[in-house]
Amino acid sequence: MKRIDHAEASSRFIAAKEHVEFHDKRLWDLRQKRDREAAAVPEWEELRSLASQIKEHTLARLPHYLAQFERNATASGMKVHWARDAAEHNQVVHELLSAHGARILVKSKSMLTEECEMRPFLETRGIEIVETDLGERIQQLDDEPPSHIVVPAVHKLRTDVARVFARTLGTDAGNSDVPYLAESQRRATRPYYLEARAGMTGANFAVAETGSFVVCTNEGNADLSANLPKLHIASIGIEKMIPRIADLGVFIRLLSRSALGSPITQFTSHFRAPRPGSEIHVVLVDNGRSERLGMQDFWYSLKCIRCGACMNTCPVYRRSGGLSYGATYSGPIGVIIDPAFNLRKYSALPFASTMNGSCSNVCPVKINIHEQIYKWRQIINERNQLPIVKKEAMRMAGKVLSSPKLYRAAVRAAHAGLEYLPRSMIYNPLNAWGRSRELPKAASATFRDWYVKHRRAGK
Amino acid sequence: MSARDDILARLGRNLPLCPPLPEIPLFDSSSPDLKEKFRENLARMGGELIELSPSRIPAWIRGKFPEGAVICSATPEVAGNRPLESMRDPRELETVDLGVVRARFGVAETGSVWLSETEFKVNALGFLPQHLLVLLDLRKLVPNLHHAYRDPGFLEARYAVLMTGPSATADIEGILVRGAQGVRSLTVVGC
Repeated sequence: MKRIDHAEASSRFIAAKEHVEFHDKRLWDLRQKRDREAAAVPEWEELRSLASQIKEHTLARLPHYLAQFERNATASGMKVHWARDAAEHNQVVHELLSAHGARILVKSKSMLTEECEMRPFLETRGIEIVETDLGERIQQLDDEPPSHIVVPAVHKLRTDVARVFARTLGTDAGNSDVPYLAESQRRATRPYYLEARAGMTGANFAVAETGSFVVCTNEGNADLSANLPKLHIASIGIEKMIPRIADLGVFIRLLSRSALGSPITQFTSHFRAPRPGSEIHVVLVDNGRSERLGMQDFWYSLKCIRCGACMNTCPVYRRSGGLSYGATYSGPIGVIIDPAFNLRKYSALPFASTMNGSCSNVCPVKINIHEQIYKWRQIINERNQLPIVKKEAMRMAGKVLSSPKLYRAAVRAAHAGLEYLPRSMIYNPLNAWGRSRELPKAASATFRDWYVKHRRAGK
Repeated sequence: MSARDDILARLGRNLPLCPPLPEIPLFDSSSPDLKEKFRENLARMGGELIELSPSRIPAWIRGKFPEGAVICSATPEVAGNRPLESMRDPRELETVDLGVVRARFGVAETGSVWLSETEFKVNALGFLPQHLLVLLDLRKLVPNLHHAYRDPGFLEARYAVLMTGPSATADIEGILVRGAQGVRSLTVVGC
């Protein structure tokens, strides 16, 4: 499988200047809104600690809580299915749709179904899938994956959306008024809710105590997808489990504040049992999670509640765009999850980080994201998955940085080089760093020269 | 081995050390005026709180909606002109202009109202109509979500939703649009 070249892919994103500038600004705005919300809750840090403890406890007793969830969900009339991997998940969903004669599936956003590549699987079997979240629908109609786990089309400008909708929904290509575009999608989607025989949602949380699951949206599209057709399928990753209803107080207070900087999503919906005359089927999906739980350094990533705060704060993500990661999960959380799915394919991703640690600081469940990034780098180096240029550069840097003599010689050489070498020699193809940045102007003397000189003078 | 047993067995082999499950405090602060807090947070989320006696609600509706508007009510206080009881399919709500429902309680911290199948009678009443009017006894406000999640309703309801303002999206350039898929406006009537 081909290795994803994050740097190369992001250079395409960076080439469109107005896109990068807007993307950076919009996500930083979300980060600032998150900060304001967090500061307004006096117990914020305590909530983060509680959330982290609840998640670690649940993951460490996951078989117990999954069985409890299954027992309670079954007792209240839901049907629980299990899927070892993406293929089994897609098979279960397809069988359910076939049994109900459903040709149209209205669905709300789910990263898990993206992970399972469910849409193409069902489409080749004659099922029409209608994503009902506006951002997700834009991406579906443009035949692109979501670029962000909360705001899937954040890398697009309104003019891009106008072009996509003109081509697919027949809107006026010259009209990029945002309310017009949103209204057009509302009108195009509503008839599907009435026609579809099946609706699908993901879940933000599954509660063992009640056998219920919780879906958070701002558009109300999950509630429409679930409350109109007679069949509701919910795809849930096994790590979404929490023990008690009371735990939701902690997570719901953290989720939307961290994601969008609002106190709660417009709709926080709790499904415990089907309405009379209808069915709810839950598909519990493993797809690599049970294996990740056994990875000593990396199981903490299973605590993730998919808020996207780490993406919004990440300088690399903001300037490279989610699609450049070439994976279902992008940004800092993607960087630590994706290599667990496929180390070779995603071996470049842990290097898409400045290691500033901001992701760990905003994470509502306290995942040590930047430390895991560092650990993945070590593994990738040990398993010989580094590209040759990076490897040689690291080897040389290791040598130079561990020897004061070599280091001082290198600094002098670099100093002279920056001053006297022609530009073409410094900004050569091996200098990836210099491709989109200017090297700083060298200082007139090194700190060491200055220190040695002044200490002598002071004596 | 079934997928279920296989997954549980694999998890069982891979479990990390188990920290204790913490108790969740209620985080009671010296509660300021709950009503004002509710009003403020609801407004931030795009909803509006008005205070009216039940007898004046029909006149308020007449002032906001044109003659002939289709009104569907799940409350005894508002009559409506499309009876819910005779509805056989939730999809019939598609042509409704205004839905009316009474919430069980509200949450000051977020401006949310709590609704379930008992209140809605037909769950889609909260989503398919163009607008929604929610009646709420303002004595039934809880300070925050920790209090809300102590409500036994979550253990009993088949479906329960904390609804906070109308349907909204900011998926295009972060520009807020009310009325994405569900109701275009949500008004809470304190009464």
